[in-house]
Amino acid sequence: MIDLAIFAALVVIGYVVGRILEARHYRSIREREQAYGNIMMFASRFPPTLDPLRQDLVAGSVVVSADYFKVVVARLQGIVGGRLKTYESLLDRARREAILRMKEEARARGARMIVNVKFQTFSIPGRKPGSLVGVEMLAYGTALLG
Amino acid sequence: MLVTNLEIVPGKRVGKHLGLVQGSTVRSKHVGKDIMAGLKNIVGGELKGYTDLLKEARDEATQRMVKQAETVGANAVLNVRYSTSSITQGAAEMLAYGTAVFLE
Repeated sequence: MIDLAIFAALVVIGYVVGRILEARHYRSIREREQAYGNIMMFASRFPPTLDPLRQDLVAGSVVVSADYFKVVVARLQGIVGGRLKTYESLLDRARREAILRMKEEARARGARMIVNVKFQTFSIPGRKPGSLVGVEMLAYGTALLG
Repeated sequence: MLVTNLEIVPGKRVGKHLGLVQGSTVRSKHVGKDIMAGLKNIVGGELKGYTDLLKEARDEATQRMVKQAETVGANAVLNVRYSTSSITQGAAEMLAYGTAVFLE
């Protein structure tokens, strides 16, 4: 009975606080995406201009963890399969955050564009087999300066 | 030392190819970070301790790669890639690799 109460409390806390934090994070992401809108990103391997430019490797990364509610919902959805909506927003948030941190680094060096952008996702396993501590998102590319 | 993940450097010519260089490091978290992460797993969000841990590891891997490039006489590393793998619970290997060249 007590176990069930703790479980229910964790789910409720996870849902309420997680939702508030997610909404706040999305707001901050949208604001910064506007602010960094003038830094262009390309997935192509070659720079759009061959003028002599200085270049430097820039990267941005973030480790995020799901809240308790998301984990429980994902586990239940895992039975029937299909879209795990709760994880979609988590990873989307993380990737956009990683991009923004990369752009922040690029701007600090005075760059206007980043080419050959690569993404990498790495899940950090927990102590219990099959458990997950968090997911790391990495974005990196070459910033063209000047 | 120029480090880039492009294959060409505008305005420069590759004088000498010096082969693949790499740097890696294996890191593990400490218990304090684990406890914090456990709390964070309830409400979700960024695990700052882990972000920093992996970032430091990646920086060190890059430094080791640059050091190796220096010893073979390169002045640039092109086409740099990163790779992360988990060795066991709580430990991760960071690898940075690229092609060492001498630019003229």
